[in-house]
Amino acid sequence: MDWNNPLIHTVVVLVGITIAFLAIMLLVAFTVLAERRVLGFIQGRLGPNRVGYFGILQPFADFIKTMMKEDLVPDQATRFVFWMAPTVAVITAIMAIIVYPFGPVVWLPFIGNFPLVIAHFDVALLYVLGVTSVGVYGIALAGWASNNKYSLMGGLRSSAQLISYELALGMALIGVIIMSGTLDIYTIVEQQSGAYGMNWNIFYQPIGFIVYLISAIAETNRVPFDLPEAETELVAGFHTEYSSIKFLLFFNAEYINMITVSMLASSLFLGGWNGPGVSLFPWLGVFYFAGKILFFIFLYIWLRGTLPRFRFDQLMNFGWKFLMPMALINIFLTATVQAFGADLLKLIGSWFG
Amino acid sequence: MSDVNFAMITSLLFILFAGLAIGCALAVVAQRHPLYSAISLIGVFISLSCLYLMLSAPFIAAVQVIVYAGAIMVLVVFVIMLLNVEAEERRRPRLGYLVPVAVLFAAVLMGEVAFVLKSVPVPAGQPPGPADVGLTASIGVGLFTKYLLPFEITSILLLMALVGAMTLARRTPILSAAGRLVTGSKLPAPAAAVEAETQLAAEERK
Repeated sequence: MDWNNPLIHTVVVLVGITIAFLAIMLLVAFTVLAERRVLGFIQGRLGPNRVGYFGILQPFADFIKTMMKEDLVPDQATRFVFWMAPTVAVITAIMAIIVYPFGPVVWLPFIGNFPLVIAHFDVALLYVLGVTSVGVYGIALAGWASNNKYSLMGGLRSSAQLISYELALGMALIGVIIMSGTLDIYTIVEQQSGAYGMNWNIFYQPIGFIVYLISAIAETNRVPFDLPEAETELVAGFHTEYSSIKFLLFFNAEYINMITVSMLASSLFLGGWNGPGVSLFPWLGVFYFAGKILFFIFLYIWLRGTLPRFRFDQLMNFGWKFLMPMALINIFLTATVQAFGADLLKLIGSWFG
Repeated sequence: MSDVNFAMITSLLFILFAGLAIGCALAVVAQRHPLYSAISLIGVFISLSCLYLMLSAPFIAAVQVIVYAGAIMVLVVFVIMLLNVEAEERRRPRLGYLVPVAVLFAAVLMGEVAFVLKSVPVPAGQPPGPADVGLTASIGVGLFTKYLLPFEITSILLLMALVGAMTLARRTPILSAAGRLVTGSKLPAPAAAVEAETQLAAEERK
């Protein structure tokens, strides 16, 4: 299989993109269902379970219902930006999935040995951060284009929250980058193999993991950071005026963001596709990766069911005055240990003879 | 065969991204609504980022999107949204006779540029630079060894900008009685009354 032939490379990449896209869409549909069921159980009730066995067809029923709704555009809204905002939100949400490795090198029938990653380039982590930064526009422009003061306030608050927590998110990842020495997510996951799971970055970067998790929850506008879209505060925030398919696009963008952020956490901190038995059966890696993503999604839903939400000034204080200094301390510690760790160990060893 | 294909696809992609960049740049100037200009500028930055990618500079491409399109333009869009800037109305330019003069001078400038580009000899046998000059590792190494001083001076420049913006944007002057107190504490009674009155007057004036 000649990888240098651009045609073959393009075909394989396109097939990979299609499969990943379909998988993510299905996962989003079932995340919506899982959220309603799990929230129901947390709140002492059953969720929707009428539409299929255990409510499996519920998301499809929701989709059909939403498609049949009237697509409203407010009178004085800026039409082009009104249309463009949910599109930008979904596109930037879903662009990030191409850099995550779903499994180690597997043997595919016509292709030979193939690492299960769609795009393998050396600035993958920066690409993810860049795409996240551009995703702020979807929300800011949606809030403005609706010509509605509640939407504008919701959009501005949400954008301010997003750009504040982006900093803490990026800085929490710098610790992982210092330890791995590369920005390439495939290499970072590969470096976490071996040692019976003790090599996962969560054991080397506990502070980084916690800071990353909290920033990620804030980045996806989830409880406890969901004041911009809280029902009792700002009607529905930046997506007040959106109905039918455009609202569904925003809704999808939020869940895809959730899944993307879970994928990043699984890849960078929990070892991606690593797990017992992967060196013998490489396809097991896909299941381990999926399991870790599902764990994080469950964590998101669990937090939604149990925590109250932050007030906006508490939210901004927390992001700037606690998380960012924590991330900086993490960088400082990691860099010190990485640069002088060997010498420190020798020094401590010499004390004990 | 695959070399010819590669060159063709490269030229095609270059024409695509360069055309997109020029189109968005024209839109920045020609749009009447400032928010559309800002969105077109974001388009320009993303096209430039793709062009950097084609020149084997992935780090610069990613940083261009993160810094320019993702941070600076967000603030510009905030300002436009918050100030509620309206679309300009189409009207005749005031000094209308200058428009043909401008077109003439623009044509002369383009002619000069074309002449200069054609008459400079392209050096044929230059060896290409090191293949990994655009990678993150080489940029990092250069930035922290050879170009350390400009790097640190740029950081101080950014800090100066930050401190200057904070100083200019304060509502209470720095050395007043109210400014020296901790935010949220209660002011002493006469100062509180004066402070409340000035705030009220400011609100009414708005």
